[in-house]
Amino acid sequence: MSASASLASSVASPSGTPATPPQRPTARRARRARSSARRVLPGFGLTLGYTVFYLSLIVLIPLSALLFKTFTLTWPEFWEAVTAPRVMASYRLTFGASFLAALTNVVFGLLVAWVLVRYQFPGKKVVDALVDLPFALPTAVAGIALTAVLAGNGWIGQYLEPLGIQIAFTPAGVVVALIFIGLPFVVRTVQPVLEDAEKELEEAAMCLGATRWQTFTRVIFPTIAPALLTGFAMAFARGMGEYGSVIFIAGNMPMISEITPLIIIGKLEQYDYAGATAVATVMLGISFLLLLVINGLQTWQRKRSGALS
Amino acid sequence: MNARIRLPQRTESPWVRRALIGAALAFMLLFLVLPLAAVFTEALRKGWAAYWEALKEPDAWSAIRLTLITAAIAVPLNLVFGIAAAWAVAKYEFRGKSFLTTLIDLPFSVSPVVAGLVYVLVFGAQGWLGPWLAEHDIKIVFAVPGIILATLFVTFPFIARELIPLMQAQGNEEEQAAQVLGASGWQTFWYVTLPNIKWGLIYGVILCNARAMGEFGAVSVVSGHIRGQTNTMPLHVEILYNEYQSVAAFAVASLLALLAIVTLVVKSAVEWRHEREMKALAELPPEPTHAAGAPGGLSASALASATTWPSSPRPPQMSPTPHGALS
Repeated sequence: MSASASLASSVASPSGTPATPPQRPTARRARRARSSARRVLPGFGLTLGYTVFYLSLIVLIPLSALLFKTFTLTWPEFWEAVTAPRVMASYRLTFGASFLAALTNVVFGLLVAWVLVRYQFPGKKVVDALVDLPFALPTAVAGIALTAVLAGNGWIGQYLEPLGIQIAFTPAGVVVALIFIGLPFVVRTVQPVLEDAEKELEEAAMCLGATRWQTFTRVIFPTIAPALLTGFAMAFARGMGEYGSVIFIAGNMPMISEITPLIIIGKLEQYDYAGATAVATVMLGISFLLLLVINGLQTWQRKRSGALS
Repeated sequence: MNARIRLPQRTESPWVRRALIGAALAFMLLFLVLPLAAVFTEALRKGWAAYWEALKEPDAWSAIRLTLITAAIAVPLNLVFGIAAAWAVAKYEFRGKSFLTTLIDLPFSVSPVVAGLVYVLVFGAQGWLGPWLAEHDIKIVFAVPGIILATLFVTFPFIARELIPLMQAQGNEEEQAAQVLGASGWQTFWYVTLPNIKWGLIYGVILCNARAMGEFGAVSVVSGHIRGQTNTMPLHVEILYNEYQSVAAFAVASLLALLAIVTLVVKSAVEWRHEREMKALAELPPEPTHAAGAPGGLSASALASATTWPSSPRPPQMSPTPHGALS
């Protein structure tokens, strides 16, 4: 019933006569009355039912198992598990490395998106396709490949070692792996916004005597800032949970280069299910929070671009 | 200075442009191209013979087979879900819709390790169903079903995420037209909806497949790492790498890297194809397209808007969702 009403609303609303003011209940009733005479798309019950069923089976019920397991712990047990010094060190590393990597990706992701949208150069389509490599390349492969490049005898590592810079098997390696993983999030969020940005605004700024840099900071940047922030949050969220690419390059020394997901794996291997669950619950809480932030940012971005055009 | 009036810059000066392009390409080279090239170089470090030797190994074969089986089960299941979810979300309005889409996105933001852990908590020896499963001698965790479940979880949103915005942007008009003309639900889906979403569908399927074959964290938690039995390709890479069998590890990794390259090629091809179709549609004059357009969908839409909404002054081509759907 609600399906038919809403369905009708989606098609009928643009043609709504100007005589009827947008009072929602009345309008809805009117649409419902009109729609009952009309055939609507079948399959609402089937598809929504299957969606909810499958979602519950694969995602919601297993995730709730995590919460139930956590509730079997007493508060002191939980608190001790999630604030042990080794775990705290892993939060600091995971947070810090994700933050630095996401920040780097904002700068270089914007650069790559800018170059791809605004300039022409040979091989542009290949570069554009290559941006998605971190989505397509299995994380374990990315991990061993980055390690091979950055190790003391690697293509880049051999030049850094004489300078006393070591990246592989240090926290810096974690940052590099997370930069690799997060790059497409920023590029693919900023790119469409940059493509849609109105050239007229830039031309207006130019006519009013703005330099190119002023145009960028005052006109272009505010337009793409929400997208940039969304990309940052997505790259950050992905970095927080990343496991495969990091463990090969991190060296995994407790207190120094051990990420939080690895703490969970370590506890599982010692059959400390309660401890693993407690730390996992903290991580799940952070993911939820980031998901809400990203959703909020996307809504903001949509409103912003809607208001501009 | 000279007498010529200096025009304000429309774009960056050529050298700034070149510097920016150079910096972007250098970054891409350093972070994306070099690691990709390193995979193949390391794999072929001891020549082709050693490479083939590493791939011919029975454990490598069983890892490849398990990876293919996992993807062959996980991708179709998530495909069916993706289509059902996109149909429900895009074609109807209902309460809690945005909450539902947030939940569909949830597996994207859950760490793969946590995804693996939740299945251990449900099906493991100490888990909810553990005792019952042990009684009936069913193994899920540390066996193949667990690997498939974990893969289902991490690849859950891929196809739905691709289809929802696409179907929202396309609206309901064509499907309703088909209904009015007497098509059944399945016929409507098969002849009207599917041709419209096929590129998005292919796109979602290949991304889902790449992730299903390459998933490491979640699968690593539930696999139990039994060689030749519960090792997928990424897990096999890890074992070989940790045993310092560098060439063998990179040889198996090179297959996964090839998969990634194929994925990117197909993805780009789909994008270009789609762009060209869109451009061709835009270039055609608006009215005759309905008659000339090959599938019945387009002509049906014109007919339907004439028959079902006689009071509507709206031209038939107008898209019902002008904004926001394609974010």
